[in-house]
Amino acid sequence: MRKIVLLTIVAVTSAVIFSPLAFSARKTIIKIGINAPLTGDIPKVGECTKYAAMLWLEDIKRAGGLKVGNKNYEVELVIEDNESKAESAVKANTKMITQDDVLAIIGPQASKQAVPAGGVANKYKTVMISPWSTNPDTTLDRPFVFRGCFLDPFQGQVMANFITDEFGFTTAAVLYDVASDYPRGLAQVFKKIWEKKHGPDSIVAYESFTTKDTDFSSQLTKIVRSGAQVLFTPQYYNEVPLIVKQAKELGWKAPIAGSDSWGSPETVKLCGKDCYGLYFSSHYAAAGAKGATKTFIDRYKKAYDYIPDDVAALTWDALHLVQQAIQDTGKITGRIGKDRIAVRDALAQIKNFSGITGKMTFTQEGDPIKCAVIVKIDNKGEYGFYKSICP
Amino acid sequence: MELLQYILQNLINAAERGSFYAVISIGYSMVYGVLMLFNFAHGDIFMVGAYIGFGIATLFIGIFAGLLPAPLIFLATVVTTMFLVSWVGVFVEVAGYRPLRNAPRASAAITGLMIGIIFETGVLILLGATRLSFPPLMKSVTYHVGGIYITNVKAMIIIISLLLMVALHAFIQKTKWGMAMRAMSYDFLAVPLMGVSINTIAPLTFAMGAGLASVAGILYGQAYPILDPYMGVIIGWKAFVAAILGGRGSIKGAAFAGYLLGFIEIFVATIFPSTLRDLIAYSIILIILSFKPRGFFGMEHSTKLRL
Repeated sequence: MRKIVLLTIVAVTSAVIFSPLAFSARKTIIKIGINAPLTGDIPKVGECTKYAAMLWLEDIKRAGGLKVGNKNYEVELVIEDNESKAESAVKANTKMITQDDVLAIIGPQASKQAVPAGGVANKYKTVMISPWSTNPDTTLDRPFVFRGCFLDPFQGQVMANFITDEFGFTTAAVLYDVASDYPRGLAQVFKKIWEKKHGPDSIVAYESFTTKDTDFSSQLTKIVRSGAQVLFTPQYYNEVPLIVKQAKELGWKAPIAGSDSWGSPETVKLCGKDCYGLYFSSHYAAAGAKGATKTFIDRYKKAYDYIPDDVAALTWDALHLVQQAIQDTGKITGRIGKDRIAVRDALAQIKNFSGITGKMTFTQEGDPIKCAVIVKIDNKGEYGFYKSICP
Repeated sequence: MELLQYILQNLINAAERGSFYAVISIGYSMVYGVLMLFNFAHGDIFMVGAYIGFGIATLFIGIFAGLLPAPLIFLATVVTTMFLVSWVGVFVEVAGYRPLRNAPRASAAITGLMIGIIFETGVLILLGATRLSFPPLMKSVTYHVGGIYITNVKAMIIIISLLLMVALHAFIQKTKWGMAMRAMSYDFLAVPLMGVSINTIAPLTFAMGAGLASVAGILYGQAYPILDPYMGVIIGWKAFVAAILGGRGSIKGAAFAGYLLGFIEIFVATIFPSTLRDLIAYSIILIILSFKPRGFFGMEHSTKLRL
């Protein structure tokens, strides 16, 4: 009897100890999680993320898998919809990390989801790159969270400097969504920098609304009355057309400027001629692109029939960063926890990565140092390169 | 002088916003009057109305642009959309409310919520999540009169809303059907015994509410030309607030409260920082309700209140 018990204990213990080895002997698939807003307020952003990722996967498949060390690994994408909601983004990250065993996560795109979702990724020690989130909190004190774009403080400065230098304006108005991290953060930064440049009362109207509002008439009436020389509104493509249209109807004649959230092709599609001639800061300009950027744009356009926006380009770069980091580790052990840490360390080491949205080197915080582009919507509704502003 | 212009400008803004609340909240009140239930799918019927209006408008502009004058295309769009969306209202009544008419109130109350979610996700699956841009049915012209900016579209929205409400009032006060509806809301037990069938009056009420909501949807598409499947949720809630504030079941009250809500929202944002708009606006409404718990035109006492 005693022998049987002993034997069982030995058998069970050895099974537990050796099973990871048994697992690693099986074929290891590298899984990359995509956390994107496929439905909800900004579905176009989700669509561009998904399409860029699919193009990337196509390349990997054509090459016969991802080569790490001297072994080819099959790659799989796990695409989760975060419905453009913070809580769903957190849920998606938790699921992908704990159930799907993804090696790294790309997304979420908007800061509203990226800030809370980054906390989850960091807690589970899994690399997350948000290609498009510009809010500083996304990566702050989170060694496992990176981003593919510049930050709001830089972007706010770029726009404040650009408007001052280009037009010589000294008073500005701001209209932003108080319930969303990205516009609120950027509006605050812009206000701070503008007031530093032009004095304490130079923001003559600082108005807000909440997500899903469609009527901005009282705010815009205030803004028109304030006599501001320019309106800065860091909003998404579903709000920009309404803001621009209503502002014009209420007698606003001065320029309206925005930020990288304007970059979706939908902005001009929904806004039409009202938006021609307006400026915004972005990560890249599609019209007049050259080299690898142009190759990507042409390929994307051929596959999906429209010009990719900055989200698609940044997602493309983020995936290549992850790819390089995985390859730099030199070896996949099959033990997901260990591999995730190895990928994180390799990613932090990458220097002068040459992406289609510019050169990137990560800072300590996991934020790349890169240039911003000022885009002017030309009179054909295309996003033309106007100026490049580097840190 | 400048202040006066400022106030007038905001009055126009408020009248436009209030028009939407008023026309939509009437739908809530009408159904409540007859069935003692709020149709929580009403905000989503408004959304469906906007989408169907979008389809009809795109179709008609495609066929008749250049052939017919713009106002005629507009009228044709409105009439066709109203007709189609009325049937959506009838569908909601027949599929959602009729089977549960004798069920516990709570069950019947949530059918609307469920139908609303079905509409939202249905549109989402059918058309995808991409935003649609409502085509302009008339060329927007901005007039600058005495320091006030008004567009022809805004003026049209305000005028059409008022006309609709007057027409509805006349229908309810002057016609036999209207009289049946009023009788039903007076006593839904005795009136069917007099030969007025609830199975006729209830769908009629839903159809009229839905028709009104669909016109609101088209007008909304002219003022805020971006359609999304969840556009009816918030405006539906706010119109529901207006329906309660006006007095449950009172059409006059719903219209009045709809405009009042528009005015409060706009002027709160004008006077206070706009960040505090909804906080202050809805606190004001809470205070009004605590002084007038039955709303402005609610019946003083009603023995048949079941909800």
